[in-house]
Formats: sequence, C-alpha cells, structure tokens
Amino acid sequence: MGGSRRSLFSVYSWVVMIFLYLPIVILMLYSFNDSRINAVWTGFTWKWYLSLFENRQVMDALSNSLVIAITSSIIATALGTLAALALHRFSDKWKAVMNGLIYLPIIIPEVLMGLSLLVLFSQIGFPLGKLTMIAAHVTFGISFVVVIVSARLSGMGDELQEAAQDLGATPWQTFRHITLPVIAPGIVASLLLTFTMSLDDFIISFFVAGPNSTTLPLYIYGLVKRGVSPEVNALSTLMIAVTILLLLISEIFRRKGMAKESNSQLPI
Amino acid sequence: MKTIIHLQNVEKQFADQVVIPPFSLEIIGGEFLTLLGPSGCGKTTLLRMIAGFEQPSSGEIFLDGKPIKDVPAYKRDMNLVFQHYALFPHMSVEDNILFGLKMKKVPSAEQKRRLDEVLTLTHLTELRKRKPAQLSGGQQQRVAIARAVINNPKVLLLDEPLGALDYQLRKNLQLELKNLQKNLGITFIYVTHDQEEAMSMSDRIAVMNRGVIEQLGTPQEIYLRPSSLFVAKFIGENNIFSQENSHLAVRPEKIKVYKKDANPELHQKTGEIVDVVFLGSLQKVFIRLDGSEETIVLAHENSEATHAWQAGERVGIGWALQDEVKLP
Repeated sequence: MGGSRRSLFSVYSWVVMIFLYLPIVILMLYSFNDSRINAVWTGFTWKWYLSLFENRQVMDALSNSLVIAITSSIIATALGTLAALALHRFSDKWKAVMNGLIYLPIIIPEVLMGLSLLVLFSQIGFPLGKLTMIAAHVTFGISFVVVIVSARLSGMGDELQEAAQDLGATPWQTFRHITLPVIAPGIVASLLLTFTMSLDDFIISFFVAGPNSTTLPLYIYGLVKRGVSPEVNALSTLMIAVTILLLLISEIFRRKGMAKESNSQLPI
Repeated sequence: MKTIIHLQNVEKQFADQVVIPPFSLEIIGGEFLTLLGPSGCGKTTLLRMIAGFEQPSSGEIFLDGKPIKDVPAYKRDMNLVFQHYALFPHMSVEDNILFGLKMKKVPSAEQKRRLDEVLTLTHLTELRKRKPAQLSGGQQQRVAIARAVINNPKVLLLDEPLGALDYQLRKNLQLELKNLQKNLGITFIYVTHDQEEAMSMSDRIAVMNRGVIEQLGTPQEIYLRPSSLFVAKFIGENNIFSQENSHLAVRPEKIKVYKKDANPELHQKTGEIVDVVFLGSLQKVFIRLDGSEETIVLAHENSEATHAWQAGERVGIGWALQDEVKLP
C-alpha cells in the first residue's frame, strides 16, 4: 500500500516535469531538425546554428544584449551591494520600511515597471536606446542584488566585524579585509544573476527599447511574427543553455559562501 | 598593585531602560577578574563597554589613568576573545593571528618573531596553515586567544570563551588559560555564568545580578562569606533558613546529620530523610524538616561514614555557629 502510494507520487512528479519541460525540449529538438517545417522530423543538422552566426541582425542583437547585460549587471551589483551595506546599518524600524520598498520591484508586474519607465523617459524627453535599456535593467536588478547580499551580511553577523575592529582595524580596513571577502560569493552570485536576468528580459525591454537597441529576446519576438523558423529555435536553445549555465554558476557561488560560513562560525 | 581599568559611575541604558545602574569598579593590573552572573545580568554588556562596542550612557572609563569613553574600539589597547571565537573564515590560522599586527603595520620581521612565539605558546605551530573550518572547537578557541595575545594588550577581555566546549575540554583549557595569564602577566577580565569556572580561575570575582555587582571578592570570601541572599544561592549549594527579617545560610558540607537519639544537645532541627544520592566520594542527604513541609535541607556526608543513611530515617541536624552566615 505504502509502495503503491509512493509510486503514484513519483508518477505525478514525472507528469509535472513533462508538463514543465516538454515544450522546451521539443523546441530544442527542432533546432536540430533538417526540415523548415516544425511538425516533421527529417534528420539531424547544425545548419540553423551556422546560419545564425552568419546573420548580421542576430549578431547585432547579440552584441546589444551583451553590452546591456554586462553594463547593467555591474552597475546594479555595485549599487545593490552598497544599498545592502547601508540597510544593514539601519535601525530596525526603518529597516523594515526600506526593505519593503527595495523588494517591491520584485513583485510589481513587469508590465507596470516597463510602462512607468517609458512614461518617465518620455516625460524627461530622454531618447530611447541602449542607455534607457541599461537604466531599466539596473532598476529591476538592484532588488535582487540587495536580497542576496543582505542575506550574506546577516548570515555573517556582527561578530567578525567587531573582532576586526577589536584587533585594531579601522572601519575601512574592516570593510576591505573582512566584510568584502566574506560577502564576495554573494556579490559574484548577484553579478551572474543580474546578467542572466538582463539577457533574458523581454517585457520591460519591450517598453524602453529604441531603434538600435534590439536585444535577442526582442529580436526573437520580431521573428516569430513571421512564423517560427528553425533559426528561432536554434537561437532560443542557445539562450536557454547560456541561462542555465549562468544560473548554475551563480548558485554554486551562493552555496559556497553559505557552506563556508556554517562550517566555521558556530562549532556547536 | 596599580589600577589598570577604572570604571567611574558608569551607567548603561537601552531604550530608556536602565540595564546597569551607576557603579564604580577598579580593576588591578595583572589580576584575573571574573564577572560572574546568570544570563541577562549585564556582564557581557559591561565587558562590551570596556572593549568599546557599547557606549556607557553616563560615567567614564579609564585605561591606565586615561579616559577612553570616546576612544573607538580599534584604538583601545585591549583585546576581546569572542564567545564564538569570530575567526575570519577566509584566512588561515596564521593570517588570523597576524591580523592585528598587519593592521597596525608592525614590521614583518617582528610579526614573524611574535607569531612563532605565540604559536608555540598556544600549541598551534602544526596547524598554522589550516583554515578555521578545519579546526576543532578547542583549536579554534586557541586561535582566538593567540590572535588576541599576540598584540600584547594591556588587558585581555574574554566573553564566555569556553562556553561552547564540552566539559572535559573546558576543564583542561581552564588550567591552560590560568597558566597563560600567569606567564604573560596580562590583566584578564573574564565573563562566565559558570560559578565553578569562576572559582577555579579567578583572583577576584564580581558576582552580578540584574546589572548590579552584588559582591566583589576573592573566591574564598564569596564562598564563605556571601554578602547577599543572591550570592549565597548562586555560588555553590547552600541551605537557606528564613528567620523573621533575615536569612541564615549554611553550606551542605557544614551540616552534620545525627541519628534521632544521638547527641540531642547538638540538634538544631529535626526531620526525616527523603532521598539519598550517591556521588562517589560523598553522598547527598536530603532532609525534610519537621513543621515546614517545603523546606528540604541538603547535607553532604562522607560516603565512607560508618552509617549508611536511608530514606525515611528520622534524624537531627546541626552545625557550628561559626559556619552560619547571616544575610539580610
């Protein structure tokens, strides 16, 4: 009886997994399909990938995506880390308020974020382009950075910093030699996460993109209007692969930091 | 006998609540002073005020005659050993220990000389390249102490440094710490809630309760002549007899137990044995006194005594007049 229940659960989990991933797997499969038509499998080929790399527009979109992702992730991580450090010093009363405000962008519908940014940029008469894209991506990235770095900071506690001061380190030396190295895994994880999110973002980018700041997701959307071609499948497959890889690395960094800490802090 | 730390009318409030009412305390250079009290009695707050991590609400603290209330922690010539060691997880044992000297930009030849000295002193030479995560609790504790004493502080503050270790290790390290203190000649201010630890290591003990130092004295004075009911109850086992407006304290080892009909002239009270606990060299005899159901008297009896006490036996108890302590 127990066994049959357990196998029922495992069947159920597999059904959920298939529901979640089957569309993506099929998309990936068809990126290797020799036929232009998505419905029939005719044979294995790399040619869609090759044609992608010869496509000028794809390469432009890729370079836009990379420029925007690299710049916005660095800025968001720097600002978010500083914000987390500042928040950490707030008194409890204000901390709750500030935390709420910082986390809000995570739950606000992206459409609203995009729309409000668009309104803002057009109100101040700022031309839409790479700069507005970067500003928008920094805006939603900061919240995630604050969440990750704050977790590292509160995990590290105050004792290490007090110990450093006790041993004669000035506030700056304490930050440079103790705080920064201890929260470094969180900073790296933030960098990778915000990079990935910028690379993948569609909705907000859709609102604030200008004529020559088309990123890969926007380009794919444009292509789909003319029907789903195998190139789109190939491009999507590459993006999925890169995203998963980056998230894995980010997660490894985040965990590495956590493990280090729980081993050494409390020898109970 | 020179005063090294002088706390003058120091008071601490948190959010308008008085945690430590104004008090003064002089700590003598080279002594081992223990702040002893139950958790929440203000002993750690007091230590952190001396270290510079808490500001007194009023009063002044002097180190070697100089006021240090407004001196930040990193400029005070003393070091704190934290309860959970607070070793830097990303640095090796060696780098942890050298941290203080590096921050103060001590020449590297001198750094090396002092490092070797301290490593030998704390038996850490073989572990110098390890990371804190690769050390046992006792070893981490040694690193924390080495990291503090390498700076030759005038005063070493220790916040329950043995609290997280198991019983046997704690016993050994108590001895090591006491020897270290003697060899280095540094003033130790030691915080603990473990009265046995306090008794075995300290030159003087300050017993604290609710932010107040109830008694300051040598372990003998505190044990034999407690000055308040709290001290009498907190240090060791004690029998408290209530009188009209005062109390009488008699240590269990000072209580003599007599058979009901032997030496009746020495009986101060009579009662019935409710329990006998065998503890090796001694046995604890619990006696319910006649006329007061809830008063249980504890007596320590030598296990090798001729008579084996039994629960249910009627007995008389007595003690010598000089062994009783009158308390308000």
